[in-house]
Amino acid sequence: MTMKANSRQVNGVTVVDMSGRITLGEGSVVLRDTIRDLLSKGQKKILLNLGNVTYIDSSGIGELVSAFTSVRNQGGELKLLNLTKKVHDLLQITKLYTVFDIKDDETAAVGAFK
Amino acid sequence: MDRNVTNRVSYTLSSTLESVNRAESIAAETAARVGFSEDDQSNIAMAVREAAINAVLHGNAYDPEKKVFVVYERTGDALVITITDQGKGLDPDNLPDPLAPENLMKGSGRGIFLIRAFMDEVKFRKKQPGTEITLIKHLGRSAANEEEPQ
Repeated sequence: MTMKANSRQVNGVTVVDMSGRITLGEGSVVLRDTIRDLLSKGQKKILLNLGNVTYIDSSGIGELVSAFTSVRNQGGELKLLNLTKKVHDLLQITKLYTVFDIKDDETAAVGAFK
Repeated sequence: MDRNVTNRVSYTLSSTLESVNRAESIAAETAARVGFSEDDQSNIAMAVREAAINAVLHGNAYDPEKKVFVVYERTGDALVITITDQGKGLDPDNLPDPLAPENLMKGSGRGIFLIRAFMDEVKFRKKQPGTEITLIKHLGRSAANEEEPQ
């Protein structure tokens, strides 16, 4: 399944609705390019909606970490929304669950940005 | 499937991302056919994907002259998957711990950790050239995380 990322603005926060697989190759590239594009436009409050992301491999996990670091290094915030059980479990076993700010309600997540 | 039946299927794949996806798909289909739960099917497929990525990317470095050999074997109560590359070799005892604080925020280095998390047994063997990794999952074990001593 092809990876897709559609962005929308909600109260100053860029919500990126992602779907498909974030894996080595196209999926990871789509995520990387999306974050780079948003940062180049000065959009530094980013909420990644992973509700329709069916699968992430180690490359995808690495890309999420890189995205988090890139946004933070530019003074922004990146939060994750709507993790599937599979993605939730992966972030647990890689000890990244406490690194990311993870939300399950979009309105609350948007309101949590500084 | 009769638990005493042994089935063995082998593939020779090129060093491409398509091969990674193919190895993963075959793993998922084989695990389903053998009778693993949906969670186990997904975990086995992911472990095979990570091992295939290592073989294609880090082992063979996408070299079109080098191949990846994948064997799926049902033996007794286990599914045994062996993935061999023709690369420069891997030292599994000297891999950085991806859970260490200094590595936690790195963008890579989690593949073998995930393989070990998802399979019951993981064995490495040096080849001349290359690396052979054997992944074993037993039917009827839930979320086991055991590893053979190296």
